[in-house]
Amino acid sequence: MEQKLSLRKEADAKLKEFDIEAYTIGVKRRDKVFEIVGLLATFLVLLFLFAISVDLLIDGWVRIKDAKFYTSYPSRFPEEAGILSSWVGTLYVMLGAIFWAVVLGIPAGIYLEEYGGKGRLARIIEANISNLAAVPSIVYGLLALGVFVYRFKFGESVLTAGLTLGLLMLPVVVVATRESIRRIPRSIREAAYALGATRWETLFHHILPYSLGGIFTGLIIAASRAIGETAPLITVGALTFIAFLPPPPWEDFLGMLMSPFTVLPIQMYNWVSRPQEAFHTNAAAAGFILLVIALLMNSVAFYLRYKVRRKYQW
Amino acid sequence: MTLSIGAKKAIDLGIFLFLLLMGAVSVAVTFAIVWVLLVDTLRFFTHPDGGGFPTSLIRFFTETQWTPTFYNKQIGIWPLINGTFLIAIISMLVAVPLGILVAVYLSEYASWKVRETVKPWLDFLEAVPTVVYGYFALLFVTPLFQKVFESLGIYMEGMNALSPGIVIGVMILPYTASMIEDAFKGVPQYLREASYSLGASKLRTALLVVLPAAKSGVLSAYLLGFSRAIGETMVVAVAAGMYPQLTANPLQPIQTITGYIVQVALGDLPFNSFEYLSIFAAGFMLFVITLVLNSIAVYLKSRAVGY
Repeated sequence: MEQKLSLRKEADAKLKEFDIEAYTIGVKRRDKVFEIVGLLATFLVLLFLFAISVDLLIDGWVRIKDAKFYTSYPSRFPEEAGILSSWVGTLYVMLGAIFWAVVLGIPAGIYLEEYGGKGRLARIIEANISNLAAVPSIVYGLLALGVFVYRFKFGESVLTAGLTLGLLMLPVVVVATRESIRRIPRSIREAAYALGATRWETLFHHILPYSLGGIFTGLIIAASRAIGETAPLITVGALTFIAFLPPPPWEDFLGMLMSPFTVLPIQMYNWVSRPQEAFHTNAAAAGFILLVIALLMNSVAFYLRYKVRRKYQW
Repeated sequence: MTLSIGAKKAIDLGIFLFLLLMGAVSVAVTFAIVWVLLVDTLRFFTHPDGGGFPTSLIRFFTETQWTPTFYNKQIGIWPLINGTFLIAIISMLVAVPLGILVAVYLSEYASWKVRETVKPWLDFLEAVPTVVYGYFALLFVTPLFQKVFESLGIYMEGMNALSPGIVIGVMILPYTASMIEDAFKGVPQYLREASYSLGASKLRTALLVVLPAAKSGVLSAYLLGFSRAIGETMVVAVAAGMYPQLTANPLQPIQTITGYIVQVALGDLPFNSFEYLSIFAAGFMLFVITLVLNSIAVYLKSRAVGY
């Protein structure tokens, strides 16, 4: 009893000593400090992005403003070298990649969301696609080298490169398709069926038109990543020194598909890995152009997403 | 336009089959990856230059040098694994603390306005071509570090593991942070409110309530980030060197699995050459490592507590 009382007194004394105000101020201060640290960390990351852009702009400015840079072929002389063959190559390869991503990805996404249900096949396809998204891009390059280049005999061509990047874009496009279809409420489908529409009529007259905005957003984001991909195209044999353009597709479509190619990131890699500093200037200029393309595509995607959100509010 | 019911049904079936086919193709891609890697890896291990099976398999795991492109061929995979993990660990040293800071800040502290301004730029960081990051690591970060280390009296090689490691760390950060944020979003609001009602501060709530509740999601985010760092190619190909060696020194040039594949693929590769096959054996290792990490990550995510 005696002991308990003394303990109680001790606790009371402690409580009296405890300065709740000072404690609260301390807690609030720690809260504030953490908020500032978090803000700083976030800005550090953004600063990094800023540093990259400014570094590229300063290093490459001489070539960025030089009109000849965009209209010349690569060369042994850094001041004469340009990106003509690589930006044209990027254009052809990306058109191919987008074609394959659309042809394979959108139907696969529609199947999984509209027809797949909870069946076994749908689950296998779904697990596969989430696996594909996490495979390192260079492994796609090995696949393309082993299958498209050697076993299908497509060679080291625009066709192979387009297929490779198309497969790389596939998981993103499938996921985007599924998500934007999922946002359409059931009532729309039921209304269409109630009026006697078949499944494909519902699909083409309602589901697709409403989800197209979201699908395009995903497609653009996937393309903006694929356009900067270097590794898988190195393994399929993109050349770094191409002093000609593929034949224009309206004259010789097959010739264009089978033509050797180079793309902007490969050209940049080639210039970075040379010891001469003058080539590094070219690399910086090419890098800045890639950065600008990526920024433009992301802005378009951002704008589209905003528009879609405003347009359909179920 | 009026179609007979029969025609409509036929179209319905046709479209269904088309969609199914395209879904099946995406599955075929996964199988093709595994099949190609497997077949060409087997061809590597039975190739006479490696000593044939099973000698080559034993050499693969017991030798300490990786020189399949030299006259004197050594095919020990460890130097490449060493380089790969050295880079990935350095990058995680950056991405783990910064990732949690950024995610906690954005999900628990930042106002709606700040978040909406910052998020698109973080997304954009993911779209920056990796070869650009490589340029930055080689020609900005490395010279900077060289100066700093020189003033400390330490010599740093022009090609090293440190700067690509750090750059990859920042590169995977937006990806990791946004997945951690998603995990935080899955924690129901009432847990936070309960904590506040007991008088806990924001910081305490974030670290002692939200973080533990989102534990498996956070771990899974880190694993996926780690796997991405392991598969990252261009930054290391540009800035880490081409010297496979067993070292833990981040100031030395090293080579990763991906870096080796790029180095060899830049040359001419006849279908049956030992060099060609060696990148498939290396790629197979890469595929297995990332697959294991991703599977653990997916498992952890599926185990995340539902509230």
